Amino acid sequence: MSDASAKKFAEAGADLSLVNVTKRFPGFTAIDDLSLEIPAGSFFALLGPSGCGKTTTLRLVAGLEQPTEGQILIGGSDVTATKAYQRPVNTVFQSYALFPHMSVLENVMFGLKRRKIANAESLAREALQLVELGHVATRKPAQLSGGQQQRVALARAVVNRPALLLLDEPLGALDLKLRRQMQLELKDIQSDVGLTFLHVTHDQEEAMTMADTVAVMNQGRIEQMGPPEELYESPKTAFVATFLGQSNLFPGEVKGSTSHTVTVAVAGYDMQVMLDRAVAHRGSITVGVRPEKVALHRDTPSTESGRTIVGPGRVVDASFSGVSTQYLVAIPGLGDVTVFAQNTSLGEHAKNGDEVFLSWQVDHAFGLADAPPVPERFSSDTDTASVAVQEREKLETELEEA
Amino acid sequence: MAFGAFQSTVAGGSQAATPAVQKKSPVALWLLLPGVLYLILFFLTPLFSLVITSFQAPVLGGFFGEFETAFRWQNYVDVVSMYSSHIGRSFVYASLATIFALLLGYPIAYVIGVKLRGYPLFQALALVLLIAPFFISFLLRTLAWKQIFSDEGFVVGVLKGLQLIAPDAYLTGTPFSVVFGLTYIFLPFMALPIYTTLEKLDMRYVEAGGDLYANPITVFRKITFPLSLPGVISGTLLTFIPATGDYINASRDFLGSTDTAMMGNVIEANFLVLQNFPAAAALSLILMMAILILVSAYVKRSGTDELL
Repeated sequence: MSDASAKKFAEAGADLSLVNVTKRFPGFTAIDDLSLEIPAGSFFALLGPSGCGKTTTLRLVAGLEQPTEGQILIGGSDVTATKAYQRPVNTVFQSYALFPHMSVLENVMFGLKRRKIANAESLAREALQLVELGHVATRKPAQLSGGQQQRVALARAVVNRPALLLLDEPLGALDLKLRRQMQLELKDIQSDVGLTFLHVTHDQEEAMTMADTVAVMNQGRIEQMGPPEELYESPKTAFVATFLGQSNLFPGEVKGSTSHTVTVAVAGYDMQVMLDRAVAHRGSITVGVRPEKVALHRDTPSTESGRTIVGPGRVVDASFSGVSTQYLVAIPGLGDVTVFAQNTSLGEHAKNGDEVFLSWQVDHAFGLADAPPVPERFSSDTDTASVAVQEREKLETELEEA
Repeated sequence: MAFGAFQSTVAGGSQAATPAVQKKSPVALWLLLPGVLYLILFFLTPLFSLVITSFQAPVLGGFFGEFETAFRWQNYVDVVSMYSSHIGRSFVYASLATIFALLLGYPIAYVIGVKLRGYPLFQALALVLLIAPFFISFLLRTLAWKQIFSDEGFVVGVLKGLQLIAPDAYLTGTPFSVVFGLTYIFLPFMALPIYTTLEKLDMRYVEAGGDLYANPITVFRKITFPLSLPGVISGTLLTFIPATGDYINASRDFLGSTDTAMMGNVIEANFLVLQNFPAAAALSLILMMAILILVSAYVKRSGTDELL
């Protein structure tokens, strides 16, 4: 416990390493042999549906749960055997967990006083100023709005200057505008103070806008990890492709390949995928393309190299949302394909029942080794695959409503 | 949801605006009526008669126990000077019993309400065990303790055998056995309200305390105990108030002796044996006022008046 001591302020963020961590609860394995390196000073997001093990991971790091196997290292020292109060870590809880019997100021001072920091009160007041809540210092948490409570919870954690700050879906209860504002504030605090942030969320947009590195978690494992753009543009598994944004996925068989591309036969269409954007190069692979990369044509497009053309199909749904229109196009053999079209021109747009063609650039497609999760008719609701499907459906309805 | 944390805020969070229905509904008044009538009939009327009795004066040349309506303040002065030691003893014994019941009852309540949360069967069993003594008359239970503490009994025998007490020592009729009996009788009244608040204790506060560098002792001191304070207050009141007026444990027929007589015993003797009704009434009112003053000071001091 030399440099990772909970007794003093962290000079800078600390590295966090999880080494082969497994956590079993009676009856199920929440985390399965997870290894993770989070470099000091980074903003790391763990993204996944509820039940994927992300909150358990956070609780293991905070010391609120003990791993069944494996080690947890903070700033290079092994903290696996230490208790929560001995770790140089603070958490912003999903429920905020502000002490109801203490004033806002007392809440923020709590951690400082435990460590016998001399000027606890002035530091706490500063932290409250940082979250623009200096004027409510004497109030009780119950007298604050949800957003204010969230900021107090943040101040209570940040004031301790932990080497590692854990955020457990802290913005979940906020409305969109406040959430945006808090996302920016968090980002500012992180870069000002240079702390290491580990942010757990099921909100893909939040993860992508805030984090330097996003790890998508599913069934206690990390499916894919990388910068948000990389995860979005080149997903490696069907789960990532569907959980992070929307994807049109077409399972098919590899027919042949050139030096740059692999050709996949899908329901009579030949779809090409760049070799470096395909996870597998033979056998069954799934071709995926993001809805905004798909172009809608009302006339038969001329065949050109470097573009995959499918159709004709029928528009079965068109929902106009101002900036863009989301189309659902039923193509025989391929099923429903989602298309986001920017409303860049005035005039007539495709309507329900119109016959249309779709096309996309070959280098916009990606190839996956696994098939998209098929919602089973009688699969359990808590099964992770169906959770992902539910999440996707929820996102779709959200998008439609937006 | 996130606001759930505050739903379990023990009563304190209920400063939120009362729904309009509760404010101006005649239905509420009608529902209150039976209770109010009951209180007028069975509390205010006797209280009024008690006050009148306490000022009565003996009839000159009248029968034993014959009194007439008067305004005799002297009754109060008389009983205070005559029974000051009993009054003091009552409050000392009741305070001791309250402290011991709290020391014993809090851990019991904590184990049942927090530690046994994951085991509903054991939790229910422990609660039944806590309440089980109520199924037996408390006179019988107090008599049983008299047996256990008797000079020929097992406890005294063992203590003497171990030379922990003198060979001629005894337990019955001592302040020890009275305080012991009071503690025993009122233990469930202490433990149950504490259990109720601890059972609702949101463990996320405890976790947050640990996350903010508080060791388990500090977490208890700063979080668990303050959050269970409403239960502690009601428990101590439910113990202290009846214990002060108790006349069973301290009576000679049970665990006490003449040296341990409390106010309750004096009131009982004055009412039933000496038939000095004004003295008994004056003592009752003094007891009532003293408890009222003590309790309101206590509640105010603990800063939880809004929690009750």
